[in-house]
Amino acid sequence: MTAVDTRPVQPGSSAATALVRRIATARETGILIALLLVIVAATIANPSFLFSNDGFRDLLLTPSLLLLVAIGSAVVIITRNVDLSVGSIVGLSAYLTGRMFIDIPGIPLIGVFVGGVLLGGLLGLINGALVAFARVPALVITLGTLYIYRGINVAWAGSDRINASDLPSDFRALGTDRILGIPILTVIAVVVLIAAAWYLRNLRSGRELYAIGSDPAAAHLYGLKVTRRVIAAFVVSGALSGLAGVLYAARYGTVSSAAGFGWELQAIGAAVIGGVAISGGVGTVWGAAIGAYLLLTINRALPILGIDDFWQRAVVGVLIIGSIVLDRVLAVRQHRRLIAQREVDR
Amino acid sequence: MTAATTSAPARVYKLHARPAWRRVLLTRETAIIALLLIVIAVALATVRNFDSPLTVTYLLRDVAPILLIALPMTLIIITEEIDLSVASIVGLSSVTTGILTNAGWPFELAAVAAILVGTFCGVVNGFLVTVVGLPSLAVTIGTLALFRGVAVGLLGTTAITDFPEVWTDIAKANIPGTPIPVIMIPFAILAIVFAVLLHFTPFGRSLYAIGLNKEAAQFSGIDVGRTKFVLFVFSGAVSGFAGVYFTLLYSNARGDNALGMELQVIAAVLLGGVSIFGGRGALHGVIAGVLLIGTLGSALRLAGVTSDIINVITGVLLIASVVSGSLLGWLQKRRTAAIGKRKGRAGASSDAP
Repeated sequence: MTAVDTRPVQPGSSAATALVRRIATARETGILIALLLVIVAATIANPSFLFSNDGFRDLLLTPSLLLLVAIGSAVVIITRNVDLSVGSIVGLSAYLTGRMFIDIPGIPLIGVFVGGVLLGGLLGLINGALVAFARVPALVITLGTLYIYRGINVAWAGSDRINASDLPSDFRALGTDRILGIPILTVIAVVVLIAAAWYLRNLRSGRELYAIGSDPAAAHLYGLKVTRRVIAAFVVSGALSGLAGVLYAARYGTVSSAAGFGWELQAIGAAVIGGVAISGGVGTVWGAAIGAYLLLTINRALPILGIDDFWQRAVVGVLIIGSIVLDRVLAVRQHRRLIAQREVDR
Repeated sequence: MTAATTSAPARVYKLHARPAWRRVLLTRETAIIALLLIVIAVALATVRNFDSPLTVTYLLRDVAPILLIALPMTLIIITEEIDLSVASIVGLSSVTTGILTNAGWPFELAAVAAILVGTFCGVVNGFLVTVVGLPSLAVTIGTLALFRGVAVGLLGTTAITDFPEVWTDIAKANIPGTPIPVIMIPFAILAIVFAVLLHFTPFGRSLYAIGLNKEAAQFSGIDVGRTKFVLFVFSGAVSGFAGVYFTLLYSNARGDNALGMELQVIAAVLLGGVSIFGGRGALHGVIAGVLLIGTLGSALRLAGVTSDIINVITGVLLIASVVSGSLLGWLQKRRTAAIGKRKGRAGASSDAP
């Protein structure tokens, strides 16, 4: 493309400035700035929000679990589907984790992780297969499996719950230990985030997810394996929710049958705030991750800023609506600019 | 395609190609109603106390809010939109009723104000979806959090439980001489209004047109934006009314009233044969769908089954209802393809060019 460009090189078109411009105009930057503003405001109101030992740890730790689920949700939403069952998968996987420690004494930690992720992946596979083969909207299928998975969880757990004393101490330590000052849970979440971002940006199959989300029919005609990719997206979402479930048990110690209740809307909210379009084909997992951080950090910052924490959900709602309105405005402006450019080039 | 229609002199409407009895009986709506009747019959035969009038009363009381909200929700889903914020509007309306009554307003005025608040919530949804042009799924996930957040924010963890006894008695009363609660009267009126609106007015027919093809509907002179806006306002108003009823029924105004009810409403509407793709569905199916879930729940509870199994059954029913639809469609397509192939082979041998 650049080889045939005969226009004179304009000042400020070097690779470095292009990079700066891309970062400055990225959708994720705005949300990151909002996150930093919240942290700064809360820190000014109460320095221990950031500078105390616990404050710093909680800042990183609290959103880590939602971050994993939000990555999965973002991948699914990018393919123009939606996964409402993630909260129920988190609950089931968290309970399974506890049961594994109780029923199989001396089980290695890695076995528990594999078990949780496999369970999540399997539940995701059920979602994906139903969506892809029956050609039924994901909203309906995952609404159904939301009830089914939660029902199985409640039936299995009944009124008992997993207590911290049921879990081995080295597993519990995962929830609180740190590497170089950074909580292990956060490290796990960030590693998954980087892997997912790399996959979506650099691999062929990752790019195909965007193509499918932009126009499923065109993607099919082009020869992309739509069915397989959609199923894979749901398996990823399920597996990450399963992983989040295992970590939930490590972080909180007690697991009742209500673990993960309502997370599905939080995860979708995080993705939407981060610029993942609900109509598919647009957005990055970075955005979803920052969205998840923003959501939960605001929750913690509000009481410090002197706002009754009962208003948290209202703020979350305003954030979601504000960010989709913003996306809409940006899209309209982009559309106009492209039309104007076409007129100029003609 | 065009060649076939021009060569055939009489146009055959696909919907009228089958005999009348088949058209009436072999529909999703009839299937749901039949399933409902079977469940009732089995429950009457096997579950003790299911036939007592008290069961009917409690069953109808409990499903009344879902029945009410399912009416406008049906219309919205037929136009290929969705409203996830209804349960939050119920909560907000309930809190409004409570706070205003507590502040010394006469209850009637507080109730009207609550319905107006619900209507305003619907206006907000409608504005964002139609004027700003945002997808309703994203908008109503946002307003779900927003309205619920305002409701919880206004009242915190306190609950207002003091309401005029005249009104709470009415909410709990039955129609004299029957086990049917009084709330069924406004429901019946609303159901008739919505059924007439959906099935017998140009406005209602235009909803199907919008759901099937928005652009075509726009070009045939339907104001798509205004139509959808009106539907979201209906949804808000009815949810507001359901909120007032909810408050009176349980004599309790709390921020987290009706938490999660949106999914129950949508599950029931989809079970009742409304297509999530829009353009398909009828109100009698939806009402049967709501009653089916309610009756199953009530019968199983009486039979001593815990509520989690009821959730599983709700989910399975929901998935089965949509998957069976696409399975039937697939079988039909295969059958017609097979017939077409046979015909094609016969035609090819006789009049090859």
